[in-house]
Amino acid sequence: MAVEVRLPTLLRTHTDGAGSLQVNGATVGEVFAEVVEAHPGLKGQLVDDAGSLHKFVNVYLNDDDIRYLDGLDTKVGENDVISILPAVAGGS
Amino acid sequence: MPTTFALPLVRLSVEQYRRIVAHCYFGLPDEACGLLAGPVLGAEATGLITEVYPAVNADASSRTYTVDGRDYLRASRDAEARGDEIIGVWHSHTHTDAYPSPTDVRQAVDPMWLYVIVSLRDEVPVFRAFRIRDAQVAECQVELIGASSSL
Repeated sequence: MAVEVRLPTLLRTHTDGAGSLQVNGATVGEVFAEVVEAHPGLKGQLVDDAGSLHKFVNVYLNDDDIRYLDGLDTKVGENDVISILPAVAGGS
Repeated sequence: MPTTFALPLVRLSVEQYRRIVAHCYFGLPDEACGLLAGPVLGAEATGLITEVYPAVNADASSRTYTVDGRDYLRASRDAEARGDEIIGVWHSHTHTDAYPSPTDVRQAVDPMWLYVIVSLRDEVPVFRAFRIRDAQVAECQVELIGASSSL
């Protein structure tokens, strides 16, 4: 089941500049595993060493933050779009 | 120390400048933030700002900001629909200089991005733009399109 994964500019250095990937998987975690297998430079950028979603990354399945769904176990379907966005923060 | 990376001339319209500064004042007493869109050539932002997206500061803090994730998602979709990308972020410093703080440098997201900081410390807002790469901060010149002089 193919879903679209959209990447921010920051991560495109690991995908030869591609901002959108078509990836198979039944859950967000499975999709990410496929993404990392195809683009090893992304290892550690999406999922941390403990297997959790990286804390500096926000992931949306269509319009919903997967942290409020089932996290990496969130099921995905045909034509779904997974958007990966870095956390943007700072302060004085 | 001279920088070893390219510094684009940041160009935005007077109207975009006003929207950014107005959003910063509107956010008081908290820091305000938003995203910048523009074209990317190769892997670099050209410096041209085509759209500005005010965002909610999810921290609701006078000392820190976090761009609300949903606002980022919406901005990102809109920018891509226009054929552009999110190429930077702005935020206000309510009581300090318009210069990246150690926190700003440490948390800088993307070496390609532009980082605009608006200081509201003084009576007149101070608007400056930077690139932050490998913990190095370099200032970019800012030109207001349609204005009689650069900032």
